[in-house]
Amino acid sequence: MNRMRLSNWFWLAVIAIPLAVFVVWASVTNPRQFVSTLLNGVTLAALYFLVASGFTLVFGLMRNVNLAHGSLYLFGAYMGWVVGDATDDWFLAVAVGFASAALVGFLLQVSIFRFMQGQELRQTMVTIGLSIVLADLMLWWFGGEIYSFDPPRAIFKSIPMIVVGKYPTYRIVVLAIAIVIGLVLWWFLNRTKVGMMIRAGVDDRQMLAASGVNVQRVFAITFAIGAGLAGLAGVIGGTALSVSPGEDTRYLMASLVVVIVGGMGSIPGAAVGALLIGLAEQFGLAYAPTYGVVFTFLIMVLVLAFRPTGILGRRSA
Amino acid sequence: MRPTRAGLLGSALTAALFAAAFAGSASAQETVKIGALTNLEGPFAVPGQDGHRGVDLAVKLHNGMAGGKKVEILKYSSDATPDKAVAATRKAVEQDKVDIMIGPLSGDEGIAVKNYSKTHPEMVFVNGSSGAQATTLQDPSPNFYRFNTEGAQWMVGVGDVALDKGYKKVWLVAEDYGFPYSQVQGFMASYCAKGGHVVKKAWVPLGTKDYSSVISGIPSDVDALVVVLGGSDAVNFLNQAEQAGIDKPLVGGSITVDQTVLNYKGKKRESLLGTVSAGPMADGIDTPAWKKFVADYKAAFPNAYPTPSLFAYLYYINTQATLLGLDAVKGDLSNKQAKLKDALANLEFDGPAGHIKLDENRNAIGDTYITEVVKAPDGSFYNKVTKVVHDVSQTLGLPKADFAKMGLGSRDVPNCP
Repeated sequence: MNRMRLSNWFWLAVIAIPLAVFVVWASVTNPRQFVSTLLNGVTLAALYFLVASGFTLVFGLMRNVNLAHGSLYLFGAYMGWVVGDATDDWFLAVAVGFASAALVGFLLQVSIFRFMQGQELRQTMVTIGLSIVLADLMLWWFGGEIYSFDPPRAIFKSIPMIVVGKYPTYRIVVLAIAIVIGLVLWWFLNRTKVGMMIRAGVDDRQMLAASGVNVQRVFAITFAIGAGLAGLAGVIGGTALSVSPGEDTRYLMASLVVVIVGGMGSIPGAAVGALLIGLAEQFGLAYAPTYGVVFTFLIMVLVLAFRPTGILGRRSA
Repeated sequence: MRPTRAGLLGSALTAALFAAAFAGSASAQETVKIGALTNLEGPFAVPGQDGHRGVDLAVKLHNGMAGGKKVEILKYSSDATPDKAVAATRKAVEQDKVDIMIGPLSGDEGIAVKNYSKTHPEMVFVNGSSGAQATTLQDPSPNFYRFNTEGAQWMVGVGDVALDKGYKKVWLVAEDYGFPYSQVQGFMASYCAKGGHVVKKAWVPLGTKDYSSVISGIPSDVDALVVVLGGSDAVNFLNQAEQAGIDKPLVGGSITVDQTVLNYKGKKRESLLGTVSAGPMADGIDTPAWKKFVADYKAAFPNAYPTPSLFAYLYYINTQATLLGLDAVKGDLSNKQAKLKDALANLEFDGPAGHIKLDENRNAIGDTYITEVVKAPDGSFYNKVTKVVHDVSQTLGLPKADFAKMGLGSRDVPNCP
C-alpha cells in the first residue's frame, strides 16, 4: 500500500513539475498570450461539457454508448438555424435546438433502443448505423454549405478583460451557459424526484423497477434530456464556430475523449474531462501548433493507464 | 426473397441482350475510352461532383466526338487519399483498359498518380484539378500533362497588390500542408522581394475549428491579415476574428473567399468586403469566352451551382485540352500514342479564362486573376476582377536558377519577418 502511494507520488511529480515550469515560463514571458489561451481553453471546455454531459448522462443510466450523439448535435444545430433564420430570434433558435434533438432522442429510445436493452454490441452497431444514415440525410437536405448563426449584437462583440485587453463576449456567454446548465443538471439529479429515480437507476436498475417505478419512462426522459443537451450545444457551438457536415463526428469524438478521461457516466467527470481536453487543445494550438493534437491523446493514454475508469469514474460492477 | 429460376433466367437474358447491344454500337463506330477520376467520397465529395460536370461539359461541347471517334467517359472516384487515387487509376488502366486517363483532384493524389503514370509510358495521363508544385517540378513524368496552373501560380501578383494597398507588415495563418505552402510561396515570393514583411506565420492543422488562441497571437501593429484557409475553416476563422474585435483588412488564398465561403448561410459579414485574393479563374471575369462557359454550364446542369466552381473549370480545361489534342492527331493512338503526346506538349489554346500553353515539364503557363470582394446590387457578395496577370510560369516569373535557389514552398520558405 505504502509503495503504491510512493509510486503514485512519483508519477504525479513527473507530470506536475514540467507543467509548473511551463506555467511559470509562459506567464512571465508573455502573460497576455498565456491568460488568453487559458480563457480560450476554459471556454472551449464549456462547449465540450455541454455536448459531453448529455452523452455521459445517457451512458450512466442505460449503459448505452450512443454513437449517434454527434448526429443529434448537428440535427439540433440545423433545426435551430432554420428557426433562427425565419424568426430572427437567436434565443428561440437555442430553444428549438434543444427541443428538436430531445424529440428525436425520445423517439429513438421508445422506437428502437428499448428493444435492445443490455445488448451492448447491438446497440453500438445500431447507433453507428443511425449516425451514418442521419449524416447522409442531413447532407441531402441541407447540402454541403456552411451555416452561420446571427446572435444578438450585444453578445457578439468583445468586452474589456484584465491582462488580455479585450475578449469575445460570446465565449464568456458560452461559459456562463455551461455553468448554469451544469448547476441545473446537478439540482435536477439531486433534488427532484425524477432525478432521484435516474440516480437509483444508475445504481441498480432491477431494484428500481421492482419498487414500482416505470423504468421505461425514466429511460425515455433521460434520453430526451441527453439528446436535447446535444441539440442545445449544436446551436451554442454553431454560433461560436459554424455548422457544416462533419461536425457530427468531430463532436462525437470530443465527447468520447471527454467522458473517457472524466469517467463514463459522471456529470462532474464530464466537467473535469472537458476542462482538461479544452485546455490541452488550446495550449497545444497556441504553443505547439503542429503537435497540439498529441496532448489530447497523451492525457487519454495517461488516464487509461492509471485510472482505466476515468478520473471520476466509478469501478462499475 | 430467394431468386426464382424464371427470374434468374430472365435477368441472364436481359444481360445478354444488353451486352449484344453494346457490342453492336462499339463495332459500328470507333470509340476512345477516357477515364475520369475525381472524388465522390471524402472531404472533397461535393467539389468532386462538380469536377465530373466539368468533364461532361467539355465532352458535350465537343459533340461527344474527338478526332473522328466517339468519346466514352468512364467515371472513377477517390476520397482525396493518394493510395485510393492510385488504386482507382490502376483499375481504369489495367482492368478497364482506358486509352487516356484524366485526374485526380487533390495535390497529394496528383503526385501519386504522376508517379504511377511512369509505369505506363505507353499512354497519356492528364491532370484533373490537382495543384501541387512538386507534381511537375520534381522528377516530372514524361507522359503526365497538366493544363492548369497550380497553387503557387494562382497567387502571383497578390503580393504587389497588397503593397500597393499599403500593407507593409502582415500576419499570416494557413493550414499546415502542401497546397497552402504553395499558395503562401506564390504570395510571398514577390511580396518579400519588394520589401514586405510577414512578421509571423501561424500554421494550423487542417480542420482546426477553434482559432481563438491563434487569433490572440495576432500582433497589434500589423497592417493586414493573410488568411489561407478553405471552406468551413475559413468561415470559423472569420467568425472568431470578428468576435475578438479584429478589424484588419484581409488578403485571402484562392479558396478562402470562393463562392462556398462568400455564400454561407447566415447574415453576411461586411468585414469580408475589400478582401484581396487571386486564382486561375473568377466569377466576375468579363470576357465573352467566360460568359459563354458559364452559360453553357448553366444550360447543361440547371440544378448545379449558379456558376461553375474552380473544380468544374479545372477539369473542363484539362478535358478540353485532351479532346483538342485528339482532334489534332485525328484520333491516332498508335505507336504508344506518340503523335498525341507530341500534339499535347505543343498544344496552345484559348480556354474560358485565358490562353494556355505548356512549359517543358508539361505544366500550364496561364493567367492569374486578382480579385476583390464587392457587394452586388442585390446584396450578394462576389469576387470582382481588379487585375489580370498574363502568362504566369511555374517559377513565378523568376528566372529558373533564382527559383531553384528559393526551393519549393514550405513552412519556412520563403521567409521575411
